[in-house]
Amino acid sequence: MDIGLSEEQEILKTAARDFLTKECPKKLVKELDESDKGYSLELWRKMAELGWMGLVFPEEYDGGGGTFLDLVVLLGEMGYNILPGPFFPTIVLGGLPILKAGSEEQKRKFLPRIARGELILTMALTEPSASYDASSITVKASPRNGNYSINGTKLFVTDANVADYLLCVARTKETANPKTGITIFVVDAKNPGIKCTLLKTLARDKQNEVVFDNVSVPKESILGDVDQGWPVIQDTLEKAAVAKCAEMVGGAQAALEMAVNYAKERIQFNRPIGTFQAVQHYCANMVADVDGARYITYKAAWELNEGLPATKSVAIAKAWVGDAYQRVTILGHQIFGGIGFTMDHDMHLYYRRAKAGAMAFGNSNFHREVVAKELGL
Amino acid sequence: MDFSFTEEEEAFRKEVHDWIKKETPQRWFELDPLFWEETDESWAISREFQQKLGRKGWLAPAYPKQYGGSGMSHMKRLILAEELGYNKAPVGIEMEVAVNWVGPDLLLFGSEEQKQKYALGIAKGDLVICLGYSEPNAGSDLASLQTTAVQEDDEYVINGNKIWTSYAHYADYCWLAARTDPNAPRKYDGISMFVVDMKTPGITIHPLINLMNRHSFNEVFFDNVRIPKENLVGKKNNGWYELMIALDSERSGIGYAATFQRILEELVEYAKERKCHKDPIIRQKLAEMAVEIEVSRMMCYRIAWMFSRDLHPSYESSMSMVFTSELLRRLADVGMDIAGPYGQLERDSKWAVLQGRIERLCLNCLSIGVGGGSNEIQRNIIAQRGLGLPRK
Repeated sequence: MDIGLSEEQEILKTAARDFLTKECPKKLVKELDESDKGYSLELWRKMAELGWMGLVFPEEYDGGGGTFLDLVVLLGEMGYNILPGPFFPTIVLGGLPILKAGSEEQKRKFLPRIARGELILTMALTEPSASYDASSITVKASPRNGNYSINGTKLFVTDANVADYLLCVARTKETANPKTGITIFVVDAKNPGIKCTLLKTLARDKQNEVVFDNVSVPKESILGDVDQGWPVIQDTLEKAAVAKCAEMVGGAQAALEMAVNYAKERIQFNRPIGTFQAVQHYCANMVADVDGARYITYKAAWELNEGLPATKSVAIAKAWVGDAYQRVTILGHQIFGGIGFTMDHDMHLYYRRAKAGAMAFGNSNFHREVVAKELGL
Repeated sequence: MDFSFTEEEEAFRKEVHDWIKKETPQRWFELDPLFWEETDESWAISREFQQKLGRKGWLAPAYPKQYGGSGMSHMKRLILAEELGYNKAPVGIEMEVAVNWVGPDLLLFGSEEQKQKYALGIAKGDLVICLGYSEPNAGSDLASLQTTAVQEDDEYVINGNKIWTSYAHYADYCWLAARTDPNAPRKYDGISMFVVDMKTPGITIHPLINLMNRHSFNEVFFDNVRIPKENLVGKKNNGWYELMIALDSERSGIGYAATFQRILEELVEYAKERKCHKDPIIRQKLAEMAVEIEVSRMMCYRIAWMFSRDLHPSYESSMSMVFTSELLRRLADVGMDIAGPYGQLERDSKWAVLQGRIERLCLNCLSIGVGGGSNEIQRNIIAQRGLGLPRK
């Protein structure tokens, strides 16, 4: 049993920490948060040069041949420095499904360009019903003239406004079992029938409404087999949940450190507030949340990486980490007092992301229900 | 990174599991004592079981072989603790205290003779040693203890009283913290550790009835109790540091997650019996317990892993104890939720369910998180030692 990082992972972690601390200061985060685009092209290119986009893709596709665990380490650092931008959807919601289900031709078409930082992708999955069940997929893809025509509205699609391709999850057949009849299409975002509207969100992440109006896509854009897309989505959602946990662990660690450092410096009643037991106990609670979150995420990530059945571990991790990150940032705000309740301050950047992260790919209630099923209830 | 156990470790787990199943008498399950519920009968069973564990070198596996241990790896010790917990093995608080708190101190600071006599005796399960730490006015502030040990020629004379002394009425010896220098400028610097034969004249044991309505702990009075000076362990006036090191090293309770796992499984089955397993609230609560038990397990694994890498936990053990203890209270609560009014029924009441376990757990869980270092003190340790927050 070895629950620590490998030497290479430690090196990656340190390098990513140093790079992002320098290249992604909070000033930039706030600028990008307020922008529509949400990412810095210059920073994106530097990340690509470091091999970050290609990290988890095989070397034959110009990737780094790294593992999902390596990605978890990297995402942790992105979460620590709250890096804005479409890295997450591009790799986790775009590249990984293509790697898993794509034809050789599709892999050769997309993965090297993703690895080089030349493409931004995302997945258009959820709809106004805002659920992650197969039955929530109602956007229709109907055969027309040898192609497919996609119609319907997708909602909460991250970075659709800057994406080059959208993996659109659509229903191609109505059957008794909603898990069959779903197909994934890799859709060119420049298609004239696609209309993106940027939503204004708590975490300033670029979520969009995406309306598909008679969007014509060739058969070749189907990822995997027609009507058989849902297992790929389930796999994607499990990886995405854990990847999001990895980001949240990094963010929670940063929030903890900020709060502890402040508690050591802030003087009231002629002593640092960190000498008061209430504040010490808050910090003790925060570190239990952060440490618990870290190892529960590593466990789920390891199981996914090994190809072991991971449904229960993934649900456990997502349920815990979402709640934990929120608890940590709330206590962080409590420790910072008044100054934390300003836009100028940094703690709210983490709090907002805690809320958004907890919500993504199923909130804690959703994942607890998955655990309940796994318990045999 | 690897969260799996090796083949050898898995084989060991099976070996331990099978052995425990074979050696646990059926009567133990009928008695079903939680901590603090010892009776003479359950005590006799757990003593016998611990001696059997001792003969296998499994009672104090961390001790060196010549002192009754088995040089067992940290991971195997984790596995052993998990299996003992999960399978409700007949081990009680006495094992926890003697093996994890007293023995390590003896091994670190005792003379060779003391190690042979007491540490080995603990490891074999032959000796029962109770803990003479807390006093009526020295709980969390243990260092302000007032029991004195005054040297007179070849003896020390002990006067004072200890409280919450678990199983003193069964003990052969008392591991005693006493003040040997009342004039030391700091209270920490005047304390020494002794082994006291409980048959020594002048010792009076007064039972205290605990919340489980059982006689488990005691008040112990020392009235001019004379012990040989050889019974001093380590250096005179160095006792506080000796005591703290032991309290530190094994505060982890690494088997508790497995114990809770078993409780959870029983609650899941019970929820199905009560036909409330489709109730969304019960599902959420049971799932949350599964989540937290897994987090608790990860905290335990992390400690074992740190030790296996020769990394010494600083705050990690305290953190695990706090989390685990408060988890048990939530678990007991969920049990009550499922049982509804049946959860109130004591074991021997008509209509009682699960041998009254839920009612007993609700009471039992109030002690964990208080005894052995309250959660308030533990959180102070986490904050100060783990996060570097200033004391003043």
